[in-house]
Amino acid sequence: MNDQVIARDSVAAVRPKTYWTRKRREQWAGWIFIAPEVVGLIVLSLFPLISSLVLSFTEWNLVGGLSAIRFIGLDNFVNLFKDDHFILALKNNVWFTVGTVPLTMLIGIVLAALIHKKLYAKTYFKVAFFIPYICSTVAIAAVWQALYHPSKGPLNQMLMDMGMSNPPRWLVDTSFSLIAIMVIYIWQVLGYQIIIFLAGMSNIPEELYEAARIDGATGIQQFRRITVPLLGPTIFFLAITSTISSFKVFDLIKFLTNGGPNYASTVIVYQIYEEGFERFRMGYASAMSWALFLMILLVTSITWISQNRKVHY
Amino acid sequence: MILTRLKTSRLILTLFFAALSVFFLLPLFWMLSAAAKTERDVWTFPIQWIPKEWNLVENFKAVWLGDVSFGLFYMNSIKIAAISTLATILISSMAGYALSKLEFKGRGLVFSLMLAFMMIPEQATLVPRYIMIKEIGLYDTHTALILMGIFSSYFSFLLRQFMAGIHNDLLEAAELDGAGFFRVFWNVMLPLSKPILATVGIIKFIWTWNDYQGPLIMLNSTKLFTIPLGMQFFQEEFGTRIAVMMMASVAAIVPLIVLFLLLQKQVINGIAIGGVKG
Repeated sequence: MNDQVIARDSVAAVRPKTYWTRKRREQWAGWIFIAPEVVGLIVLSLFPLISSLVLSFTEWNLVGGLSAIRFIGLDNFVNLFKDDHFILALKNNVWFTVGTVPLTMLIGIVLAALIHKKLYAKTYFKVAFFIPYICSTVAIAAVWQALYHPSKGPLNQMLMDMGMSNPPRWLVDTSFSLIAIMVIYIWQVLGYQIIIFLAGMSNIPEELYEAARIDGATGIQQFRRITVPLLGPTIFFLAITSTISSFKVFDLIKFLTNGGPNYASTVIVYQIYEEGFERFRMGYASAMSWALFLMILLVTSITWISQNRKVHY
Repeated sequence: MILTRLKTSRLILTLFFAALSVFFLLPLFWMLSAAAKTERDVWTFPIQWIPKEWNLVENFKAVWLGDVSFGLFYMNSIKIAAISTLATILISSMAGYALSKLEFKGRGLVFSLMLAFMMIPEQATLVPRYIMIKEIGLYDTHTALILMGIFSSYFSFLLRQFMAGIHNDLLEAAELDGAGFFRVFWNVMLPLSKPILATVGIIKFIWTWNDYQGPLIMLNSTKLFTIPLGMQFFQEEFGTRIAVMMMASVAAIVPLIVLFLLLQKQVINGIAIGGVKG
């Protein structure tokens, strides 16, 4: 710290004393370097966030131009709860999260532990399981759409071969379309979770495992008593971020089912898209956006608060 | 004795999971083989993993040399991903430098604001951004897409964390040699940050390449479409011709897989850093 001050002073001493002292130049340099990012975030994040709050109290069809804006107070939010499609979307979102997050995390942590401790060719496994995550979701979706084809697809041909006379019609089946999408989603994000778990595991000191081995602990005991507890922060991080990303699922649904059949696989972001960008009901779509934002804030703060409790007590 | 036994069990386990990983990647192998088949053979059951009748050339022609060529979508995607990646790296590393190495009034405030910005989901601001872009006449342009993607509090944060670990001595030495803040940034900070810049660059490139929602909302003309929108276009055009669709999927996916295999260390480290530091 002291060295720093001395070095800085000596730099300043070399320069002639003008208005542009070192401190002042640093001040301006700081503002100039941070400016693009700050201006960009204000114009393209903060301002839109506030505008969408304002818009959520209006009824505005974009087709009618700016003059067509009408303030309607909280009507949009009241209508959300009378909107069957929104309620269905909300339910589907909850099912989607419940069906994908815990399962992916469970498979992810077990696979990561095996790759970390029990297998050769660690890099191969990391890479192999990670490949679906870097693939274009839309291109992946096109592949699964063919695999899920109700009469000719390999999946159903296999099921029929095994003696199932009426296999589910997957993406075009009201009871199965959301499940079919959940399977693709788990397939795609599993590799991400494995990578994060492995990063967490590499921070656990090897000595703990050695001590446990000397005490005669089995692999499963080591996993339950050492790996899982010490991965606490990683598990917590993944639980929040995967819950949030599962709330934002859209690409698969837009490409594969357009929320259908008959809204069976719609989710909140799909409803925002449909109301905002197909029907141009900007006010209503904004109200949905804020509902989504508030839900994400709620999830984040609940998990934060519960986590902080654990740390303190 | 025990040692050898342990090793064989480990080997068997590895082989078992290697088989599992192949099973896991079967959809991609199915895609590759379907892209080389005739329309009729795509659906044959049991699956012909190696096509009996090769139709690779015909499918290739339909995707790359048809009325609307995938080549067009390719050029658009490469252009947008390249410009967005370079701009993001520049803007975020400038912010990272300011936040880690320069003392200026409001730095603490800017830093906490940036952390808060990471919580705003893109979808919550989609409607006003779309209206803004329409109002300033940038709707249906690549500029709109690029603008939307280059200000990232997430990447600025990652760069700030990395740059904070660069030793001040190096910066001071450069200053003693008479370098100003811009020279220090360009000639010292950026070269020293190469590993993290590579990581941020490759991740940003992949994200932009795969982005579907942004182009879906901001673009309208077919000639401006990126690869994901091109896939949708092909689905509407060739929905029933699965072999052609799979050829298009191969075109969308395979270059990224190759890029990933070449740079897997950077990609995986980047994902892991983001995850661990949150």
